[in-house]
Amino acid sequence: MSLRAPLGRVLGLGTAKDGTDHWWGQRVSGVALVLLGLWFVASVVVSPSLAHDVVVEFIGRPLNSVLLSLLCLTAAYHSWLGVQVVIEDYVHAHGSKIVSLILSRFAHVLVAVISIYAILRIGSGV
Amino acid sequence: MAEFRLPKNSRIRKGQHFAAPDGVSNVRRFAVYRYDPDSGENPRVDTYEVDLDSCGPMVLDALIKIKNEVDPTLTFRRSCREGICGSCAMNIDGGNTLACTRAIDSIKGDVKIYPLPHMPVVKDLVPDLTNFYAQYASIKPWLQARTPPPPDQERLQSKEDQELINEPAACILCACCSTSCPSYWWNSDRYLGPAALLAAYRWLVDSRDDATGERLDELEDPFRLYRCHTIMNCTQTCPKDLNPAQAIAETKKMLVERRY
Repeated sequence: MSLRAPLGRVLGLGTAKDGTDHWWGQRVSGVALVLLGLWFVASVVVSPSLAHDVVVEFIGRPLNSVLLSLLCLTAAYHSWLGVQVVIEDYVHAHGSKIVSLILSRFAHVLVAVISIYAILRIGSGV
Repeated sequence: MAEFRLPKNSRIRKGQHFAAPDGVSNVRRFAVYRYDPDSGENPRVDTYEVDLDSCGPMVLDALIKIKNEVDPTLTFRRSCREGICGSCAMNIDGGNTLACTRAIDSIKGDVKIYPLPHMPVVKDLVPDLTNFYAQYASIKPWLQARTPPPPDQERLQSKEDQELINEPAACILCACCSTSCPSYWWNSDRYLGPAALLAAYRWLVDSRDDATGERLDELEDPFRLYRCHTIMNCTQTCPKDLNPAQAIAETKKMLVERRY
């Protein structure tokens, strides 16, 4: 129990002077995902077949490699921001909150790096 | 983790039933949340049968009738009985509203009455609003001007300037909006909630106030402001038909606007 005044409790550690980047980043990456998503869905729809060699050839073209990398990066970034909000909303114990936030960051970076490595590898024909 | 079940000592049991007197025909049943901290017992829901022929039209009329004629231990806040004081805010028929402006005949079936959700309960329908009022105080709800007032008259405002604050200034701080917000339920210790943010907006757009920048600085925080996820329960439930969700969205836009 603490006898700290209610106002002092509300003011807490003060403002983090942060949050706008996160909020704006989520919106901007959302817009980017709509555009990249439309391109991706359209590409799949017009593709003559989804056979392995056709898809590999599609990914290997320079413009497609760039756009696919952007799609993976943007999706990972957008998801990282979103998962962060979910964790902050629902995980209240300080320790598990920090650990979850760090693990989520690691996981998202890992997924982004793996996807881009895969795209580049297919693109360079190794 | 967030709590999705009520704590053991808050789970609600079935309570007493108070039948209507013999010979009345227009009977409505009111199911009312009861909690007495002194008894050490869990909360319960008592049901009261009320003769609507001898009762005023609003839910508050029925509560007052129950307290006067059936059960004087029933505890609730009320004052103006005309929707301007905000005292009788409670959860009626599943939504937060003012008991004094909610008509009984607008509700189908039993009239279910609970205290404002997810707040500590002092007794029966009386929630503890200490944190809510402290949040209101934290946004400095008063004029902060560096411009000295004219020596011979009040600070002038144009008609357009006044119209900007007309709506947000009409908030009566009944707490219906904040206690309807899931984000406020999970994080009311750090998220200011729609009521305090609407009040903050009222001063952000006041043409006589010179502290807009400092006010935005104080709000720019992942929890204080950005816990709002545009759920919009606040706007849907507001008994004064105000729009806290829009005020919060405008505040977020101002924070982006000053960056670019």
